[in-house]
Amino acid sequence: MTTFPLQISRPIHPTGIWNWITTIDHKKIGILYGVSAFILFIIGGIEAMLMRAQLASSNLKIIDPELYNQLFTMHGTTMIFLAIMPMGAAFFNYLIPLQIGARDVAFPRLNAFSYWTFLAGAIILNASWFLGGAPNAGWFGYAPITGKAYNVGHGIDFWIISLQVLGIASLAAAFNFIVTIINMRAPGMTFSRLPVFTWMSFITAILLVLAFPVITVALIELQFDRFYGTNFFITSAGGNPVLWQHLFWVFGHPEVYILILPAMGIVSEILPTFSKKPLFGYPVVILSGIIIGFMGWMVWSHHMFTVGLGPVANSVFALTTMAIAIPTGVKIFNWLGTMWRGSLTLNTPMLYAIGFILTFTIGGISGVMHSQAASDAQQQDTYFIVAHIHYVLFGGSLIAILGGIYYWFPKFTGRMYDEKLGKLGFYAFFISMNITFFPMHFTGLNGMPRRIYTYGSEYGWDFWNLISTIGVLLLAASMVIFIYNIVSSWIKGAKASGDPWDARTLEWSITSPPPEYNFAVIPTIEYRDDWWEKKMLKKAQEQPVSKDVHLPQPSYWPFIASVGLLIGGFGIILSIPVAIIGAAITMIGVYAWSFEPVNDPH
Amino acid sequence: MFSLYKKILFIIKSWSIKFLLIPSLLLLILSSCSSKDPQSTFDTLGPVAKLQLELFYILFWVGLIVFILVAIAVFYIVFKYKSKPQDDIPEQIHGNTKLEIIWTVLPILLIAAIAIPSVQAIFASANPNDKYVNNNLIIDATGKQWWFEFEYPEYGLITANEIHIPIGEAVTIKLHSQDVLHSFWVPKLAGKVDMVPNNDNHLWLQADEPGIYYGHCAEFCGQAHALMRFKLIAETREEFEAWINHQKTNAWTTSDPLAKQGMEIFMSRDAGCYACHTIQGTDKAKGNQGPNLTHFASRTDFAAGIIENNQENLRKWLKDPNSIKPGNLMSQNAGVYNGTSDPLTEQEISALTAFLRSLK
Repeated sequence: MTTFPLQISRPIHPTGIWNWITTIDHKKIGILYGVSAFILFIIGGIEAMLMRAQLASSNLKIIDPELYNQLFTMHGTTMIFLAIMPMGAAFFNYLIPLQIGARDVAFPRLNAFSYWTFLAGAIILNASWFLGGAPNAGWFGYAPITGKAYNVGHGIDFWIISLQVLGIASLAAAFNFIVTIINMRAPGMTFSRLPVFTWMSFITAILLVLAFPVITVALIELQFDRFYGTNFFITSAGGNPVLWQHLFWVFGHPEVYILILPAMGIVSEILPTFSKKPLFGYPVVILSGIIIGFMGWMVWSHHMFTVGLGPVANSVFALTTMAIAIPTGVKIFNWLGTMWRGSLTLNTPMLYAIGFILTFTIGGISGVMHSQAASDAQQQDTYFIVAHIHYVLFGGSLIAILGGIYYWFPKFTGRMYDEKLGKLGFYAFFISMNITFFPMHFTGLNGMPRRIYTYGSEYGWDFWNLISTIGVLLLAASMVIFIYNIVSSWIKGAKASGDPWDARTLEWSITSPPPEYNFAVIPTIEYRDDWWEKKMLKKAQEQPVSKDVHLPQPSYWPFIASVGLLIGGFGIILSIPVAIIGAAITMIGVYAWSFEPVNDPH
Repeated sequence: MFSLYKKILFIIKSWSIKFLLIPSLLLLILSSCSSKDPQSTFDTLGPVAKLQLELFYILFWVGLIVFILVAIAVFYIVFKYKSKPQDDIPEQIHGNTKLEIIWTVLPILLIAAIAIPSVQAIFASANPNDKYVNNNLIIDATGKQWWFEFEYPEYGLITANEIHIPIGEAVTIKLHSQDVLHSFWVPKLAGKVDMVPNNDNHLWLQADEPGIYYGHCAEFCGQAHALMRFKLIAETREEFEAWINHQKTNAWTTSDPLAKQGMEIFMSRDAGCYACHTIQGTDKAKGNQGPNLTHFASRTDFAAGIIENNQENLRKWLKDPNSIKPGNLMSQNAGVYNGTSDPLTEQEISALTAFLRSLK
């Protein structure tokens, strides 16, 4: 056998921090994703609270305008790219192999690389706070204000580079999940038996692979404008700012479904389990997910109704947008059908799932309102839109993710959460969420534009803004309850059995937390909801404990390759030699990764 | 801790609070929907805004009914099918084709019905039809960081941050931008349309009643976005023409010695105001970086509609514009503010104030 330079043997049974850095176990990577995303979610939440403090009343001077612009840019970018998306990735990582009866994802080292690269992107973006100021042009970064002529600092550069790095992470992860779901399914796990969460993740991963290249192109053009003097969006040289908007929203609208489809998948797992009934109309729920994913590409210009595309274009996009309400509505009815005539256990995850149906319906209805191009001209860029996005992202994606955390908490940690505290946390969360975001409908219709750091008292916006600010304080308190419950239960909760909910899908057929190899014996799937059906037929068998399962081994190189991207990212912005060093580290990482030997078979 | 929790849970569960809460919430919602606030989209005073509000109400009522039905279904199911200790495993229903067809077709029909007024409104709000009085009044509006320039090409007039239109007539506003994206929005008259550099847009609006209407930039445009506002003054055709005729005259002729001194400062190389501002009729003041000040004193407010145009405010502005409007370009570019020449003295500020106040 030929040997190559840098053929360093893999770490053997690393412990402590090295255990986490070199791990390629999808479950550990899932936990890394989840914990990191949650910390970034808290950072994004603090940014939101600072903005709410400034808006509590008219003419306040708590936050100066420049900082305010940085805060809303970072809040949006953080919540979308660094909180909700990676929380989705956490679930994909942990659950997809368990739900399809696999021992790991298709490319375990690539999976570790995705996580560390995501973290690199998060670090680059947040480092901007300390290196001359955060980006300040909104998460949508509309040209030409992102150009050098209007934005001299490095904030926008950090934004561009971090999104590019995050794009690499997302694409690698998405390819990995697509290949995993297609190739790693246990015998008999046909696509018509695939759990709904895995199905929605599959659609999400396909959307990611198709959507991220679009934003990548846009960001490269912007990067060239800023770094190398091209004129894609430089209006003084004839550049067209509308091009950016098209590129951004061709990515941006599928991105919305990238955020919501996993949430729909989570809800579609929780509701059947706690209703003791199969998902109502499984094929229809799957099909409507596919239609939503497909139609998500035909509606992007509804973000641009006021850009002046003309009545014909506005009519077309109004109609396609209205049409997308149909598959969404069908899903809601099917969830109601799932609960109907069931035997509902109203514990914490179930409450979150039911809460999701209510708040997501509100967000969906205001979405149909926005599809009306004519009346949307009054709502576009006002707080009515802010209310809408928070009802779909906070009252949609996030509420489902929190429910999902509770639902799979026993599986993730092997311990039970505190049910009473969980319910209290849910009610506090649900009520305060509505106190925070519902009044934004009123301020928006009362003419309050978004992204303004101050307003006069004559506008009549004081009262509802104050209510929103009070709401966000309550919301923070409810999150404290959530965090306390999760942390304390993780440390000292009661031990959980493999199947505490009498649930339906494969992940509940193994112990909590699952052994490193997941399934000692790869199960043969005979039914949709295989675990449940076999329990009903008294055919369910416990997995044996095995000591002899071949598993992919830990590796240093994915981490090293990502560190190279981190260094290179800073380098492109601040110093070219550093960029070259970063690129070299990544190359070495990828090279050594390619020729990495195999150690002992355990 | 748990006694507190039980109390909270009891309050949430008790019906009394729901009976109190829901009507009071509805009252609050209704009161906010009949608002007379300056940018309320419910207090519509022009045909475009009225048409947009009508469409909004169609969607609002349909949406409310849909939500109430879903909410009733959720609560009914939750209370009816809540698990009881004696429950058997419920029947494993996998679906119901008939039901699923019904709840797919019903939304399709509903959406198809909404699509008709939806598309009609898009075309109706795009351009005025023959029904409206139309004297082909065209105004060019240009967004600049962070103020609005208004030009009446027919009359050769340029003004800033205050737009006059005659009532009862369809007016076309052409929209341009000199720098970044902005958006032109007078909520009581019409929805917004963006001002995009290199992509000229237009909108039309009509005011049915005389009055002062609030306008606001509605597309994020940088540091002072929140402070980029304007006023639209709708008046009778006669008043409008009188205003036009007055604006065409030169306003700078004054005999007040203090104002004369102010004009000299304005035109001096040290202060350099003339380099960015136009005062029509003067030889020197022909700049176009800042607002046209020809009839400055005739405007109700200044600094892009954020502050009342009076002696005291003007003094404050001339002393330290950044304290009123952080980020404004005058404080960055004018030598007297950015430190490249001596700051204005109190006396100079008094003189400039007198001069600007004389530009009636």
